[in-house]
Amino acid sequence: MPEEFKAGCQRPKIEKEEVKESKVEENQIIKEDNFNMIKVGKPAPDFTIPAFHQGKFVDLSLSEFKGKWVLLCFYPGDFTFV
Amino acid sequence: MQKLGIEVISISVDSVFVHKMWNEYELSKMVNGNIPFPMGSDQDGTVGKKYGIYDEDSGVETRGRFIIDPDGIVQGFEVLTPPVGRNINEIIRQIKAFQLVRESKGSEVTPAGWKPGKTTLKPNPELVGNVWKEWTVDEVDK
Repeated sequence: MPEEFKAGCQRPKIEKEEVKESKVEENQIIKEDNFNMIKVGKPAPDFTIPAFHQGKFVDLSLSEFKGKWVLLCFYPGDFTFV
Repeated sequence: MQKLGIEVISISVDSVFVHKMWNEYELSKMVNGNIPFPMGSDQDGTVGKKYGIYDEDSGVETRGRFIIDPDGIVQGFEVLTPPVGRNINEIIRQIKAFQLVRESKGSEVTPAGWKPGKTTLKPNPELVGNVWKEWTVDEVDK
């Protein structure tokens, strides 16, 4: 289950992949470019983000939804249409 | 969506606090109650970049939607620029089709224009060259 966190000035927990810039800078950039391509039939990239759900602030991971059909919808901004 | 066994997650670059306000001030008036699904916040576009729908120029996420199956596999996606909204009925149709294919373990497939209740095809060697007997072009408009 998603873990609730308290409203306040804490920074949201965001899991990021560590970018080793110092060593293989050029290779890293090429890798990131390839990474942008989502392909059907391939695994959806996992993520953990803060979310608002049923009156609570929670940390949410895509991996929690294994075993279920998921519709993941991105949209430009709140107070616009979706 | 919940009736169909689909979990919805929405994501934008807005903070969870703005999500809360939007839910309270506007969305709750549209749907008569709270938004039932989690509204994710991706303020620096990390997730949007992973899915290739983050627009660096405007700093927002475009209208990308991804259908992910119970194994975590992306089965379909669509990405629109911000001014045009989605067709929810088409998304539901696609998910129902993917669910049917999965339940049949791939023994049935849904041809062009398929809707729930319409003819599916059962791929096998005899079907090759004989699709015309099972399925006609005017099925697309029905």
